[in-house]
Amino acid sequence: MSARRRRRAAAEQEEEEEEEEEEEAAEAGSDKEVDLEERLHELDLRSDSDIPDVLPPTDSTPEILKRALSGLSARWKNWWIRGILSLAMISGFFLIIYLGSFMLMLLVLSIQVKCYHEIITIGYRVYHSYDLPWFRSLSWYFLLCVNYFFYGETVADYFATFVQRREQLQFLIRYHRFISFALYLTGFCMFVLSLVKKHYRLQFYMFAWTHVTLLITVTQSHLVIQNLFEGMIWFLVPISSVICNDITAYIFGFFFGRTPLIKLSPKKTWEGFIGGFFSTVVFGFIFSYFLAQHQYFVCPVEYNSETNRFVTECEPSELFQMKKYSVPSLLQAVLGWETVNMYPFQMHSFALSTFASLIGPFGGFFASGFKRAFKIKDFADTIPGHGGIMDRFDCQYLMATFVHVYITSFIRGPNPSKLLKQLLILQPEQQLSVYKTLKSHLVEKGILQPSLRG
Amino acid sequence: LQESESETRLDGETASDSESRSEFGGSSPVPTSDDTPEVLNRALSNLSSRWKNWWVRGILTLAMITFFFIIIYLGPMVLMTIVMCVQIKCFHEIITIGYNVYHSYELPWFRTLSWYFLLCVNYFFYGETVTDYFFTLVQREEPLRILSKYHRFISFALYLTGFCMFVLSLVKKHYRLQFYMFGWTHVTLLIVVTQSHLIIHNLFEGMIWFIVPISCVICNDIMAYMFGFFFGRTPLIKLSPKKTWEGFIGGFFSTVLFGLLLSYVMSGYRCFTCPVEFNNDTNSFTVDCEPSELFQLQEYNIPVVLQSVVGWKTVRMYPFQIHSIALSTFASLIGPFGGFFASGFKRAFKIKDFANTIPGHGGIMDRFDCQYLMATFVNVYIASFIRGPNPSKLIQQFLTLRPDQQLHIFNTLKAHLVDRGILGSLEDA
Repeated sequence: MSARRRRRAAAEQEEEEEEEEEEEAAEAGSDKEVDLEERLHELDLRSDSDIPDVLPPTDSTPEILKRALSGLSARWKNWWIRGILSLAMISGFFLIIYLGSFMLMLLVLSIQVKCYHEIITIGYRVYHSYDLPWFRSLSWYFLLCVNYFFYGETVADYFATFVQRREQLQFLIRYHRFISFALYLTGFCMFVLSLVKKHYRLQFYMFAWTHVTLLITVTQSHLVIQNLFEGMIWFLVPISSVICNDITAYIFGFFFGRTPLIKLSPKKTWEGFIGGFFSTVVFGFIFSYFLAQHQYFVCPVEYNSETNRFVTECEPSELFQMKKYSVPSLLQAVLGWETVNMYPFQMHSFALSTFASLIGPFGGFFASGFKRAFKIKDFADTIPGHGGIMDRFDCQYLMATFVHVYITSFIRGPNPSKLLKQLLILQPEQQLSVYKTLKSHLVEKGILQPSLRG
Repeated sequence: LQESESETRLDGETASDSESRSEFGGSSPVPTSDDTPEVLNRALSNLSSRWKNWWVRGILTLAMITFFFIIIYLGPMVLMTIVMCVQIKCFHEIITIGYNVYHSYELPWFRTLSWYFLLCVNYFFYGETVTDYFFTLVQREEPLRILSKYHRFISFALYLTGFCMFVLSLVKKHYRLQFYMFGWTHVTLLIVVTQSHLIIHNLFEGMIWFIVPISCVICNDIMAYMFGFFFGRTPLIKLSPKKTWEGFIGGFFSTVLFGLLLSYVMSGYRCFTCPVEFNNDTNSFTVDCEPSELFQLQEYNIPVVLQSVVGWKTVRMYPFQIHSIALSTFASLIGPFGGFFASGFKRAFKIKDFANTIPGHGGIMDRFDCQYLMATFVNVYIASFIRGPNPSKLIQQFLTLRPDQQLHIFNTLKAHLVDRGILGSLEDA
């Protein structure tokens, strides 16, 4: 047995490994049932070097690019492909921003679905579980359920007036949690009923894999959409900061890189990291300055029920009104100004860019570790030269949550219209007592003038 | 050099593989030792092993039920603590299974990280929910107020620290193992911690919402077992060969009946039906209130069909008893799926019981696997059909709004109340 394992460890080819595995398994177990369980057990315990590599991704660079770049050497060709695709993605991004919030929402949703698909596909490959057709349906079903739940909880608030008019939607909203739970339960029961004798462990693994993936992709995408509704600037600045950090860290690393940063990603260097940090902070500062001037970016997205469209028009909040700040004396000498006109939002952009450059990369390291653990080069093959969608979005992962937590902690309070809606569905006695409490509070604070009748 | 390293590890794995293979055909945890207390062992030494097992289970069941009654008597605070302890123990059991499956005891970092994540998630949940109930207490103490105001940020920062530590702790040859344990930890947290918090929510709604569901699940377990024992013939599901259709249906009807009776008895007492509130003056929990409509006797007309059977034309019932029918139905029809899930899990990982905590019964998780779905159901049920949002929480949110927003809401509310005639004529401008 150990001789076989040694031979297997030495072999590089996936096919050889697979063959030997089957032989050994056939020898070891007389029972087919024990056989499969053995294989799974071994799958768990194999050291990393044992894991067969996934088939190398096929080259999906479009023909046109290939012809155009056929003259260059392989290294520069790769660089050019990456560069062209980066520009293409950034232009696509600007185009969608121009098209408005609704298109952005759709984009976020499609990215979420694609990321989910990529990660689940990796799971299938790792566990060789393509032969459990039930499970693919169940995974997609769970994705649908969780999305339904989240969209119902959050997005429905924004469409409040639209919803009030339609009877069926009202019913769905009122019992939303119950309906979502019932849908999820159905999926859960189907899973339990689908447990097949020889594949228990596989099925539980895929179940857990699905749930962790949902936790990662769906919650993040919903936080991104919530940030978007707060104002497009809260969506644009964080994402751009992360992209900027990626690019500038790469460039600084390319030109000055010397000290490796972390074993997980040997290409990252400290010079790149620090250079990226400073450039991202400056970029965030300047970028927010430009965006803060336009109502289109700054105003919370609202749904206008008359025109049936999203509108971004409002009185810009204090965050987006120029204020005079005195420059600290240290910098006065450097800059030569005593005061400077800034938007308060630019101070917040400081925090956002810092997070994007210091903590955001941990999301990238996590994804790198994941890829090494499962011996894959890229999550998928969607973008030539870049890999899968997940590869592009791994650093964004933590950023969206941070921005959301930041907004709820430091920027805005709860949503007033949601609060009002909840007040209106209380029992009359409760409404009355709330009314009295509110009144005394407002009078105390001087917001409301005390009445003559007391 | 690297090759020889991996070889020795592989050899080590081979050795343990063949060991465990001979026992269970897969990985197995430390063989379970018989920890039935000596007293019981001596008392039952004469009986045959089958009856002995039955007696051990029976005695422990009675012990657990008695314990349950005692802590109910001791009040909500003790109940909360017990729920916390059960949660921690369940988490520990499931994580230990993960370690055993993956032979990952040699990653000491990971045990620390798992407990750290448990702490973070608990901190987050307790901060979000429990502070609502202790609102005035929190507002008075300055450090608590700051913790509450920036609660989400602090929880997120704590979680992030754990996440970054995980990334930094990734060791070259153990990536996959570490990711598996990371995933295992998160799924366990999702299951165990969210359920326990929903249970505590239900508890605060009124002890009856905690006691009736749990009792229904226990009753269903026991009744299904008894019906299966006496009448069992047709197997129910391949996963659990001991379950039978007769047990399932018999358990269903008995549980519904039991639920009706138990709710009838409990609805009469304020200490069970009133929401738990924290009294700021006495710094203790009080359950004293005007019982809501749910807990006031009402006359119901018996449908004609049943009139001949039962002999009455109307019956006096609490509306809550109607709800209890929904709760018992869920406990008997869907609750068992939680049990099947746990059975499948045990078969998948080739373990007989989750752990060895309770003699004759296995681990804490074995007892609570059916409760798992029940707690979520009750919480969703309450939120959808019983109560609306919590008024004190709304007031709390209101106070964090800007003055102009507050004024706007206040005026809208006032107009609404005047509209409905709840408020008298316009009192002030």
